Order: sequence, then C-alpha cells, then structure tokens
Amino acid sequence: MNLKLKIWRQKDANTKGKMVDYQISDVSPDMSFLEMLDVLNEELIEKGEDPVEFDHDCREGICGSCSLQINGEPHGPDRGITTCQLHMRMFKDGDTITIEPFRAKAFPVIRDLIVDRSSFDRIQQAGGYISVNTSGNTIDANAIPVNKHDADKAFDAATCIGCGACVAACKNASAMLFTSAKVSQFALLPQGRVEATQRVLNMVKQMDLEGFGNCTNTGACEIECPKGISLENIARMNSEYLSASLEG
Amino acid sequence: MSGLLKSSIARKVAMALSGLFLIIFLIQHFTINFTSVISADLFNEFSHFMGTNFVVQALLQPVLIFGVIFHFVMGFMLEIKNRQARGVKYVQFNGSANSSWASRNMIISGAVVLAFLALHFYDFWVPEMLYKYVEANPEDPSRYYAELVHKFESPVRTGIYALAFVLLAFHLWHGFSSAFQTMGVNNKYTPFIKKFGYTYAVVIPAGFIFIALFHYFNH
Ligand code: SF4
Ligand code: FES
Repeated sequence: MNLKLKIWRQKDANTKGKMVDYQISDVSPDMSFLEMLDVLNEELIEKGEDPVEFDHDCREGICGSCSLQINGEPHGPDRGITTCQLHMRMFKDGDTITIEPFRAKAFPVIRDLIVDRSSFDRIQQAGGYISVNTSGNTIDANAIPVNKHDADKAFDAATCIGCGACVAACKNASAMLFTSAKVSQFALLPQGRVEATQRVLNMVKQMDLEGFGNCTNTGACEIECPKGISLENIARMNSEYLSASLEG
Repeated sequence: MSGLLKSSIARKVAMALSGLFLIIFLIQHFTINFTSVISADLFNEFSHFMGTNFVVQALLQPVLIFGVIFHFVMGFMLEIKNRQARGVKYVQFNGSANSSWASRNMIISGAVVLAFLALHFYDFWVPEMLYKYVEANPEDPSRYYAELVHKFESPVRTGIYALAFVLLAFHLWHGFSSAFQTMGVNNKYTPFIKKFGYTYAVVIPAGFIFIALFHYFNH
C-alpha cells in the first residue's frame, strides 16, 4: 500500500506545531500502525531528519501508552483496540491518514505526538487506592466474600488502562470515564467502601482542578475506549459523588 | 453542601434537574395548547385559570422563569468551560463516528430554542403582562383563543414556530435520557428510559407543530 500521512510535528511544549505531509510506500496490510510509523521513522533517520516521536511500550494493548488521534478518532477507526493493535488492513491503498496527538488542556504536548498524561496519575493519587497494612499481616483477598455480580463489575472497571482515549474522543475533553472507572473498581468492593466517601470527592476535585471538561453524555468515550469501559461507571460515580457530598 | 455548584458533577446535576423540570412543564403547556384544537371554550377556560390563578402567577411563573434562565446560563457556562478544556483544536475530529448529532450539538439546538423563546415572550408573554398588570384591563375570559389563532395567521411565524420545535426535538432526544444518566440512574430501567425519552422527544414537539399547522390551515 502507498499512503499519504499528515502528521503533527512540534519541537517541544513551547514551540508552535504544524501538520507535515509524508509519503510512505510498500506498507504491508499486516503491519500494526506503530510498525508503519517505525518504517517511516527509519526512512526519516536515513535522510538525516528528526524521527516522529510517539508513545509506546507493551505493543500488545495492555499498557495504554500508545495514543494518537488517527483520522479524527483516538486509536483510529477500529473498535476495542489501542493504536498498537490497529492494523494497516483497516486502510486502503492511496488513503490519506491524519495523525495528531490526543488533545486536551490537561494533556499538554511534550513533542510531536507525545502528550503528558500525568494529570491522570494525579487523579489516581487523589484517591484511587485502598489503605491496607501490607507489612506481613495481609489478609487473603478471597477471605472476604464478594458477590459475583459486583466482583465482575469491579473487574470490568479495573480493566481501564489509563490510555486517555476517552478524553481524546470527548468533545468536552472530559475525564469522567477514566475517573469513574477508577472510582467504581473500589466502590463495588467491601475493601473499597471504607474510604469510598473521601475517594470520590477527592478524585472528582482533582479531575476538575486538572482542567478536564464536563461530561455531556455523548457516549463517545465508551465507543472509543479500548477496554469497553461502560457509561454505567459514570452514573455510579455521579450517585456516589452526590451521596458523598450530601453526607459531608 | 456549600460550594456544591463549584464541582463539575454538581453543575451537571443542576442542568439535569432544571431540564427535567422544563420537560414536565412542557407537558402541561402542551396539554393546554392542545385543548385549542378541541374547543375554543375549553382553551379559554384553561387559559383564564392559568392567567388569573394566584398560585400559578405569583409562584409557579417565577419558578418557571428562573428554571429557564438557570438552564440556559448554566448551559452556556458549561459550553465555554468545555471548549477551553480542549485547548488546541483537532485538525480532524470525526465526532459522527462515535456519537449522535443531537448529543454533540445541544448548544445549537438550545440556542435556537432560546431565540424562539425570545420571540415567544414577545408574542405572548409581554403583551399578556402589559394587558393584565400595566394597562390593568378588566379580564375577559374569552380573549385567549382569538389571541392564539391570530398569531398563526402568518406563514413565516408558523414556519419559525415549527422549525424551533424540530430543534427542540433534537434537544430532548439527547436531553431526556442524559438527565437520568447524570443523576446516576443507569440500570435495568435505562433501555426503557431511553425509549420513553425518544418517544417524548418526537411526540411533544410534533404535537406543538400540529397545533400550529392546525390553526394556520383553519383560517
Ligand atoms: S476509560 Fe477506557 S479510554 Fe479511558 S483511560 Fe480507561 S481504558 Fe482508556
Ligand atoms: S503500546 Fe501498550 S497499549 Fe499500545
């Protein structure tokens, strides 16, 4: 396949960026999207140009580092996948592909396609944990009975890999799907109930402080999420938040 | 509870509650308007009651006006904040791949409804207030039907009226079930709430348009 790529290039956080056009030929449909970018970068390096910087780590859909807004959608046109799992067979010979960084005020661009997602870490640090004594007298998790339905829902929420596609897809750059997944994975379990009130208040407060937008329930996040995190989690976070603020 | 309206979720809930309040009001408004299709006397009777009843005029009317203003002001504020949250705009943003037009354009449908409400106030509410409270005319319980019918003589007005209700339909299409989701209701009743919301979003605006066309063609 021969493709035309339009890629966002930006030297650093303080420099203005712009879209730059590249041609790439002999792309195999079996390549992953990141492999295609690897090929482009090798060509750029050979020509003595700066390679296109992008985030990646596991390349198997579990770490959440690979980002990229591809043709106007986070992780491109396929569903339930990350960019490292996107294959070039989703595109046709002669296509033009637009590649941009995830855009949000709370995700500033570091260079080219790499954005700083540490705002997610700070939301997590604000309450996305349980306080247990791990110094030698931990209790086996299975010693506390949890009903299957709740355990499954908590597990589903816990599959969020913090990739930020929900923010990138949302017209409001809202982080509600991510935050609600992190609230829900504990809210449904007895171990998480102990700190539930403070957790939801603190995490939502941090989410607002980071400058993410307000959810308007378009549902774009749920469709684009590589792990299929459900909007149900946002509803759960909202009701947790409301009862927590009425209590407090 | 103080400072509750400072958080994103509280603002959303305030939008949902004021929206649901306006949805309920719409049923009442529709029911009374619809009586104008059935009989002029019935419509006059209801309108006379609404126009002269103390509770309606002194209590419900201010609450309603507050509800409308609150919903709009909060809606615009949230829209501004949400635009700021994106920062740099995407060169390409394929919104239709993952969400409906109605859900992404609540600000447009809302602004059209707001513009329509301005016209609606100019047409009905302002003359009504002048008639009753400024000029202090004696109440004529049979005047309402004629006033209503008179407004639908012009094809332009009838057209604007119909168009505004189409946009209201889009607004309700997303707004109805969205309000429940915001208030934390997402369970086995959600599919029903969604279907009910879609039905409401079509039936009520279509009903208002029917009333307008009925009077227009009845001349
Ligand atoms: S909710 Fe989904 S899209 Fe958002 S960060 Fe988690 S895995 Fe990524
Ligand atoms: S590189 Fe780890 S999820 Fe894509």
